[in-house]
Formats: sequence, structure tokens, C-alpha cells
Amino acid sequence: MNALAQLLQGGEPVAAHGPWPRITVVPSLWHELADGLAENRWSLLGLWGDGDTVHMALLEEPRSFIAVASLACPDGVFPSIGRRHRPAVRLERALCDLTGLAPDGAPDARPWLDHGRWSSAPPGRIDRPERLRAAASPYPFLPVEGHGLHQIPVGPIHAGIIEPGHFRFTACGETVVRLEERLGYAHKGTEALMRGRSLGDAVRLAGRVSGDSTVAYALAFARAAEAALGMVPPPRAVWLRALMAELERVANHIGDIGAICNDASFSLMHTHCGILRERTLRAAEACFGHRLMMDCILPGGIAMDPAQRGLEEIETLVAEVEQALPRLISIYEGTTSLQDRTVGAGIVTPEFARSFASGGYVGRASGRAFDARRALPYPPYDRLQFTVPTRTEGDVNARVWVRIEEIQQSLGLIRQILAQTPNGAIDGAVPDTTPGGCEGMAVVEAFRGDVLAWLALDNRARVRRCHVRDASWFQWPLLEAAIEGNIVADFPLCNKSFNCSYSGQDL
Amino acid sequence: MWTLLLQGAFKPPVTDPAPVADAALSELANRLDRAAKQRLGRSLSIRQVDAGSCNGCELEINALNNAFYDLERFGLRFVASPRHADVLLVTGPVTANMREALERAWRAIPDPKWVVAVGNCAHDGGLFAGSYACIGGVSQVVPVDLTISGCPPNPTQLLQGLLALFEQP
Repeated sequence: MNALAQLLQGGEPVAAHGPWPRITVVPSLWHELADGLAENRWSLLGLWGDGDTVHMALLEEPRSFIAVASLACPDGVFPSIGRRHRPAVRLERALCDLTGLAPDGAPDARPWLDHGRWSSAPPGRIDRPERLRAAASPYPFLPVEGHGLHQIPVGPIHAGIIEPGHFRFTACGETVVRLEERLGYAHKGTEALMRGRSLGDAVRLAGRVSGDSTVAYALAFARAAEAALGMVPPPRAVWLRALMAELERVANHIGDIGAICNDASFSLMHTHCGILRERTLRAAEACFGHRLMMDCILPGGIAMDPAQRGLEEIETLVAEVEQALPRLISIYEGTTSLQDRTVGAGIVTPEFARSFASGGYVGRASGRAFDARRALPYPPYDRLQFTVPTRTEGDVNARVWVRIEEIQQSLGLIRQILAQTPNGAIDGAVPDTTPGGCEGMAVVEAFRGDVLAWLALDNRARVRRCHVRDASWFQWPLLEAAIEGNIVADFPLCNKSFNCSYSGQDL
Repeated sequence: MWTLLLQGAFKPPVTDPAPVADAALSELANRLDRAAKQRLGRSLSIRQVDAGSCNGCELEINALNNAFYDLERFGLRFVASPRHADVLLVTGPVTANMREALERAWRAIPDPKWVVAVGNCAHDGGLFAGSYACIGGVSQVVPVDLTISGCPPNPTQLLQGLLALFEQP
């Protein structure tokens, strides 16, 4: 048995939580779990509040053991995980903003999502006057002292067509000494809106946590719901969901590669990648009726069965991208002015990637080979052939290469899916009563990294509490580290190579 | 690279023909002052502001710049500064945290100016209406001249809406 499972034997397992165990723990065990995180014995998958309880999802590699530890905090206070393990800091700040549960001994007590502007408190939040005062007063950015330093405030509105967020650069000449991010501008209260909704309504909100990953979020939500209800969707739906997920990955990766090159002022790649991305979206529309495939995945199955013509369009698309890709790769590799910008820029060290358990191309470009499709093989990936491309350099170039190789893998996956998708029903009956309620969790690989969805249903199969955690939570902080020592002008390039979701982390 | 460039010289362009301006969306045209329109001619600069969208609308607005839709052939272009803009294109349900930034961007645009709300969220808050964190609809914060609905509106719908800006009253 692995160490985490052994340690959690000291807690009380909760019934009706699938597919992984949820264990109620006491503070001393909570501390031991924090120690294990700090020593990299396991990784943090998520940390969220639910009434007067704090839940922490943990992952122990390499055997991919997952468990949720729950700590009751009747006094509204819990021992801070961030005090021992930095990746938890922003999660705790957000958790406190939304529930009022306070991390005791937290290294950073500043509000994160709460900018002191909400019309009312999030439903069920415990009032903390000192916290409200802090949210209402000007945000205290971290102090920076030194000779010849200057600050550059950027945002929340940026120069392009991008999401809102604030970046505070401290620079010495052209070199960035510190970047501090301030996010939360896109906070929409999505989790609160999900409360009391039917599964069919709530999955639409889940699909709008981060629009570029709408398939992944709907899939994560649907899988969490199915895990809670103990139901299995029909095989055809399972395979077509994977088709959507891979199309979404291809479209986003192609778009990103073009956009990264564009931020290095190489617009030729941007133009050609833009054409391929558009063709991908058009094929998705022909097949599933929506360019981004929004609202196509539902708990229990999928919304519509694609026409044969749509599936043929996907086949044509795969052939076209396969033909176009080598030419684009040779341009990327062969243009020295472009390589000059991407190689060695914005390095994320393997140590950071490991301790933050960064997923997606950010983690895999820095040697962390985690891919939820491989590590936690949900169907149909357990029956598909693919590799998980990994690099160790951790620079912009490595993140571009991981994307390129993932596109190649996804094209292979799409071919396999098209060949193997069985016929049959596309949706299963979802029960509308669940006596006593039930809980489920799912981890799904979005193009950006692993997305976690945790769901608690009441006895009418309505959402009691839903928590979704974007991959960006464990990538945004690393951007601050990656940009250090780079020049200010390379920030857009580094930022695009991360392409973190603002809406996904702001919720 | 040269093969690719050479092919570009011989292959036909991928650009789609211009869509017809959406008649239902020409409400703005009637409100546009004829003199102002003559001054601007067929050239409008657009400043886009994401007021808390899920980023779906941004993906489709970005697609307007690809070779298929080629927005600039219509004299429309995105600019970085509101000071250079004629049109403010807003997405999202206007989160409370973005309200002030949106108001300031609007104030920074010189007159005459128009506001286009893009997407169901920008129209009335969409799925996020009623949230403690959302104002719910761009018109609650700045005057809206034209709404392009959809979740998200696809690039053709966006083009049809934007072309309505040029329709003569």
C-alpha cells in the first residue's frame, strides 16, 4: 500500500463518494498531510470549502492514488496548508473569500477574488469584518526595494483581445526583477450559481468556466456526476466525448502555436495556424453543431449524434492538418530569428513544476510527465494508443514543442476514435432522486492541463455544492517565477506560452 | 518557408465572401448621426474589453482576424488604446470587479463613439444573471448601441453585426 493511503487510514471514510475515497480527518492528520505535500511525497490536486468543512484533494504518484481529505472547522478556522506548501496559498485566499473559512497561519492573508465590489457576500459565507475591510481597501502589492527599480502596472484591460487581469512588474532597466499577478477580475460566482440547479442546468455553467476548455469542463462535470450517481454512459457517448476533447485540444494548441509566434512578431505562422484552427472549428461545427462544441456533453451522455457527413469532415480535417503540420514545423525550427526569441526564454525549473504539480504543457515542458488521460485512464483512453510528450528545458520553446507533439498524438487519437466508435445509444437515463445525496469527483485532461470537478448532490439529484479547479491555479504562480530575469518585452511571449485561463481561475 | 510563400502566390485566397449585414441588427444604423458617419467613412477602430466573459467570445472575436473573415478588408480594425477607438466592443456579464475598468475605458474613447455588446452575457448577464458578482449586462454600466447575441456569436454573426454599423439610415 502506498504511504498516502496508509496515512489516511487514521481518518474516517465517507460513504457515497466516488470513484476515489473521501476521508474525514482530524487536525493532527491534516498537519501530516501538509508535511507530505511540503516534502513532495504527494501533490495537491485541489483545496476548497464546503459549508464549515475544508476539502483537500491529493494525488500520490507514480501509482496515481487519489483521495480527498476533509477537515471540519466548527470555529471557521483551519490550519493553513499554504504555510507549509506554497502552491496552496492562492487556493486558500480564494477559499476564504468565498466561504469565510480562514487558514490559520497563512503566509498571505490578502483577499484574492474579493475586490470589495460584490453586491452581496457569496451565499453561506461566514462574515469576517477584518477580511471585508481588507477587501475594501487598496490592494497592498508586495513591497519591492532597491536602487534604480521602477514599476510597470498593466491591466486589468490589456492591449489585445484577451481576458482581464493585472500584472505589476518591477523592473531594473529592461530586466524584470519581480512580477506580481493580481487576478479575480473575471469572478462571476459560478459555483454559487450552480447551487440548487439540476444537473442539466449546472453542466451549462460548468461549460462556461473557461470557454476555450468547454468540452473538458463539461466532461469533468458529467464524469463527476456519473461517479456520484454510479452510472456509466453508453459506449458511443464515451467515444464521441473523447473525439470532442481531442478536437478541442488540436484547435487550441494550433491557435496557441500561432499566437506564440505572433508574439515574437512572426505573423506568417500565426496566419497559417489561424487557417488550420478555423478549419478545425468548422469541422467541429459540421460534426457537433457548435464551433466550440459548447453544451454538447451532458451528464449521462452527449446531446446529439453526429451525422456521418460530420464524421467524414473530421477525417478530411485530420488529413489536412497532418499534411500542413510538417511544413509549419520546419518553418518554426528553421527560422533563427524566431528560435532566438523562444529558446531559453521564460524557464520553469523541474523543481517548481513538481512542487506545484503543474499539469499540461507547462508541467510536461519541465519534466513532469503527468497527463490525466494516461495517469488516471478514463475511458476510452484506456483503450487508445498514445504517448505523453515530455521535455525538460522548461522554456517557451519546450512548451511550443510539447504542443506540436500533442497535436500529432491527438490526430492519431482522432483516427483511432473514428475507427473504433461503436454504434448505439448516446445518452443514458439520469436518476432524478438520490436518497441521502451522493458525491463524485473527476479529473479530466483539458488542453491546458488537468481539470478537477467535485460534486455533491442532494436527494433530488440537484447540485448541493460543485467545485471546479482549473489547471491554471498551478501554472499562474510559475509564470511569476519564469519571467524573472527576462526582459519586459518578452513577457507577452512567455505569457502566451503559458496561456493560462483567467476566467478558469477567477471562476 | 519559401515553398509556403510561393504556394500563397498561386493558391486562391481562403477568404469567405462578405456576409450581408444583419437587417435585424441595423438598429444602430438608425441611431448613428449621419454627419459623424460621413466623417469616419468606412473606417472604424474597435477597442475590445472583456468584462468577465468565459473567453469563448474572445476566441470568436480573435477569429475575425484570420484569413477566412479578414476583418480589415471592411475597414474595421482592433486598436490597443481606447483613445484611438470609435467602437467599444464589450463581452461578458460585467463582473463587479471589472465595472470600473469598463467605465474608464468608455470614458477614454473620444466622441462620437458607439458601444457594441457581444454575446448573451453582455446582453443581459446570460447564464450569470443574478450572481452576487455580476452587474448583468453592459447596458447597466455604459449605453449600448448594438447587441450581437449568441453564446458565443460565431464570426459570421459578428461580421453581420459589425457591418450594420455602416448601414445608411
